[in-house]
Amino acid sequence: MIRVVHRWPGLLAGLLLLVLSLSGALLSLFPAIERLSSVQPAALSTAELAERIQAVHPEVEQIRRRPSGRITAYWSESGVPRAAVMDPANGREIASADPNPFERWLTRLHRSLLFDDAGRILTAVGAAAMLVLAVSGAVLVARRAGGWRRWLSPLRGPFAARLHVEIARIAVAGLLLSSATALWMSASSFDLLPDGAPSAVTEAEGSGRTGMPVADMDMLKRTPVSELRSLSFPDPADAADVFTLKTDRGIGHLDQGTGALLTWSEPSAWQRVSATLYMLHTGRGAAVLGLILGIMALGVPAMAGTGFVLWFAGRPARPRIRGNVAAGRAETILLVGSEGGSTWGFAATLHAALSASGQAVHAAPMSSFEPARYRQARRILILTATYGDGDAPASARGFLDRLKSVPVAAPVALAVLGFGDRSFPGYCAFGRAVAEMAEARGSCMLVPFMAVNRQSPQDFARWGRSLGAAMGMTLDLVHHPVLPAVFPLRLVSRRDHGAEVQAPTAILRFALPTPPFWLRLTGRGFGRFVAGDLLGVLPEGSAVPRFYSLASGCRDGFIEIVVRKHPAGLCSGQLFELQPGDMVNAFMRQNPGFHAGRDTAPLILIGAGTGIGPLAGFIRANARRRPIRLFFGMRHPDSDFLYGDELKGWRRSGQLQRLATACSRTQQPSYVQDVLREEGAEIARMVREGARVMVCGGRDMAAGVSAALADILAPTGLTPARLRAEGRYVEDVF
Amino acid sequence: MKTILPAIALATALTLPALAEARPLKLTTTLANYGGDGAYLAFYVTNAQGAYAGSLWLAGRKSKYYSHLSGWHRATGGNPAEINGITGASVGAGRTLEISLDLADALFDAGYVLHVDAAVEDMRDSPNEIVIPLTSAGAKTPVRGRRYVSSLAYSF
Repeated sequence: MIRVVHRWPGLLAGLLLLVLSLSGALLSLFPAIERLSSVQPAALSTAELAERIQAVHPEVEQIRRRPSGRITAYWSESGVPRAAVMDPANGREIASADPNPFERWLTRLHRSLLFDDAGRILTAVGAAAMLVLAVSGAVLVARRAGGWRRWLSPLRGPFAARLHVEIARIAVAGLLLSSATALWMSASSFDLLPDGAPSAVTEAEGSGRTGMPVADMDMLKRTPVSELRSLSFPDPADAADVFTLKTDRGIGHLDQGTGALLTWSEPSAWQRVSATLYMLHTGRGAAVLGLILGIMALGVPAMAGTGFVLWFAGRPARPRIRGNVAAGRAETILLVGSEGGSTWGFAATLHAALSASGQAVHAAPMSSFEPARYRQARRILILTATYGDGDAPASARGFLDRLKSVPVAAPVALAVLGFGDRSFPGYCAFGRAVAEMAEARGSCMLVPFMAVNRQSPQDFARWGRSLGAAMGMTLDLVHHPVLPAVFPLRLVSRRDHGAEVQAPTAILRFALPTPPFWLRLTGRGFGRFVAGDLLGVLPEGSAVPRFYSLASGCRDGFIEIVVRKHPAGLCSGQLFELQPGDMVNAFMRQNPGFHAGRDTAPLILIGAGTGIGPLAGFIRANARRRPIRLFFGMRHPDSDFLYGDELKGWRRSGQLQRLATACSRTQQPSYVQDVLREEGAEIARMVREGARVMVCGGRDMAAGVSAALADILAPTGLTPARLRAEGRYVEDVF
Repeated sequence: MKTILPAIALATALTLPALAEARPLKLTTTLANYGGDGAYLAFYVTNAQGAYAGSLWLAGRKSKYYSHLSGWHRATGGNPAEINGITGASVGAGRTLEISLDLADALFDAGYVLHVDAAVEDMRDSPNEIVIPLTSAGAKTPVRGRRYVSSLAYSF
C-alpha cells in the first residue's frame, strides 16, 4: 500500500517536482551571495544609520534592511523616486536596488510556474506530492533496512534502487522541511491562515510639531541596525505624518517632532510562525541552511530519474494468467507473494503446467487468502518471495495473521516454495515463516518447504518433480524467465586443470563483445560488470540459462569464468568442448551482493574449486593494495591449483597479502576450514578490526566454513549471522 | 498592449444619496516597463481638506500586501469593507488597466483629489504615485506617475 502511495505521486508529479527542485536549488544561492556581499556593520544604531543616509540624501523616504544585512534607501531627487543599496558605514550608494531579473524570474517560476494563482495552486499540489513522497519514502527505506534504527545500514540491490535510497535517506530531511514549509506558505498566500498584517487603525495623536533630528530619537537610538526591518520617514510638510519603524520585534509609529513612540504593536503568534517558516524555506536570514536545503533539493532530479527506471523495470513483471478458474471451483489454489513481480512469472508457469494436466487451478495474491471460499480445494500451493529481512512481500500483506486465525485444515494439503537470494541474510525467511506457521497450526504438508535461489529454473523444476510425485503425476516445470538480450561471446583462450584428480576444470576467457553504439546508448548493451557478477550462458538446445560467477571485470578487457565439467551437465559439457574461436551465447547479470566493494577494509577470501573464480577477480582488480588474504581449497597442487601462477605474481606485487591452501588429495589431506581454524586467532583479530569475509564455492564447503568461523569468532562475541546482517559476511554458493 | 477590463464597479462610498447625480467615468492606467512583478494599485479620493473620502479600485488580491499601499492603508486602516467588490488582479509591467465607474457629479471641480498608491514586490513602494485634482477640464489629459505609472487619464 505504502508503495502505491509512493509510486503514483512520484510518477505524476515527477516533472513538476523537477522544475521546483532545480529552481529551488538555484534560488538557494541568492541569499548566500547577498549575505557575502553585504557589509555587516558592528553595533550600529538605527539613529546613526538614518543620520548617515540623511546626510547624503536629505529627502530619504525609507530605509529597508534585508535579513542578509543589505541596506536599501529610497529617496526622491527633484521629484524622481530613486533607490540604491547603501554602505551603512558612510551612507553612500554601493549598488543599484533594482531586483536581479533572473532571480525574479526564477522566483516566479518556483512559486507559480509563471502562471500567477493557477500556478501557485499547482506548485502547492507539487509540494503536497513531495511531502507524501518524503513520508512514504522514509517508511519504505526503514522497512527495507529492517527498522528505523538501521536507517544508515549498507544497501544491496540493483544500482538504480541503491542510488534512489542512498540519496533519499540523506535528502529526505531537507525535502520534508522544504515541502512542509512550502505548503504553509501557499496557505498563507491564499489567506487561509490568520497571519495577515493587523488591520487595526492606529490613529495616533501626535505633538503637531516637526523637525526633531533622527539622531536624537530615543527609540531609534535603542534599535540596533541588526534588528531593523524598515524605517519610513514622514513628510516634513505634514505635521500629522509620523515615522514608521519595523523591527524584528514589532511595528511602531514615532512622532516627528518629539521622537516619542506613539503606537507599538507586536506580531501575532501566527505571524511569528509564518516568518520563521519563510526564513527556513527561503534561506533569507539563514543562508547556510538555505544552501543545505538547496543541495538536498538536487537529489530530486536524481531520485526522479532512478524512480522512473525502477517503475519502468518493474512494470511488465507480472504476466497474465490464462484460464484462471474461480476460487470456489478450483481443486488447486495457487497463492503468490511477490514484490517486484518475478514470482508471478513462476506462478504462471506452474498454473499452465497444472492446467495442461487437467487440473482446475485458481491463482491469486496471498493477501486475498480466504479459505472459506475454497470449497472444492484439495491443495493450496504457496509461492512467495521475501521482502527485506523476512517481511511479507507486497502481495502477501497480512497473510500470516490470517493464516494464524484461519488455519488450513485437512483434507486440504499445503506446499510452500520460497524465492530469494542466498547472499542475503534473510534468505527466503518469509516463505520459511509461512511454512513453519502452517505446520505449527497442524496443516498437512504436501511436500517439505523448499527454496529457489536467484530465480533458478533448475531449483523450480526440482520442486515441481517432488510436488508431482506427491500429487501422483508427472509435473515438468520448464520456466523461461524473461531474459535480457544475449550476445555471442568468442572464446579467446582456455586453461585446463584437474583431469588427473577427476575434477576436470577450465578457466575460459572470452573477448568482450562490442555491441552497436545505439544499443550501448539505450542501456541494452552487454553492460558494465565487475568480478562477482554473473554470466548467464544459454546452452544450445535449452532456453534455461546457467549462471557462472565472473572472474574478471570489464576493466580487465575480457570475460573470464571457471567451469567444472559435470558428468551429465548440458551447459558445462558444451563449454568444455569450446576451442578458441568458438562462440557461445551469453548475457550479464549483476550480483551486487557479492562485490568486493570500493572501500579499504581488509578482505578475507575463502574459496574451493571453481569458487576461486570471483576471488581471483577481486585480487586482480586490487590495484590499491587493499589487504587481502586468500584461503583456497583444492584437490592436489599439481593438478587443480587454479590461478597458481597468477597468485604467485599477485603475492609479489602486493595485490595479495597472504595465501593459504588446503589440499584434500595429498599425503595429509586437509580442507579449507581446517586451514581457517589453524589461523583462527589471526582471522578473529582481522574481523574484529573490520575485515569483510567473502566465501565462494560448493554448499558443503560454505556450511563447513560457516561452522569453523562460528568457532573462531566465539571468543570475540561475534557470529557469522551478525556479520551477515552487517553485510560483512557474504557467500556465493552453488 | 493588453487591456484588463474589470466589471463595472460602483464606488459606493462616493455615490451617497445626497450627491444625487452620477455619471459614468472611464479611468485608463498604463504601467511603465519597470522590470518587476505585477503592481498593486490603490485608487482613492480625498476631499478638499485632505481627508479620505472613499476608494475607487484596488488592483491586487492578496490583502497581506495592502500595507505596502501605505497612503491608502494609513487612511483606511486596511479595512476590507472599504474595497468590498472593487478589487481586481494586480497589473503587470507595461499593461493597461481600464476601470469604469459611476462617480457622483458633485465630486468634480469641488476640491476632491484622486490618489494612486503603487507597490511592487521587492521594489520600492510608491505612495501617492499619482495625485491629481478631479476636474471636468482635466479629463482626457494624461498624467505621468512618479515611478510605475506611465500614464493615467479619465474620460466621461
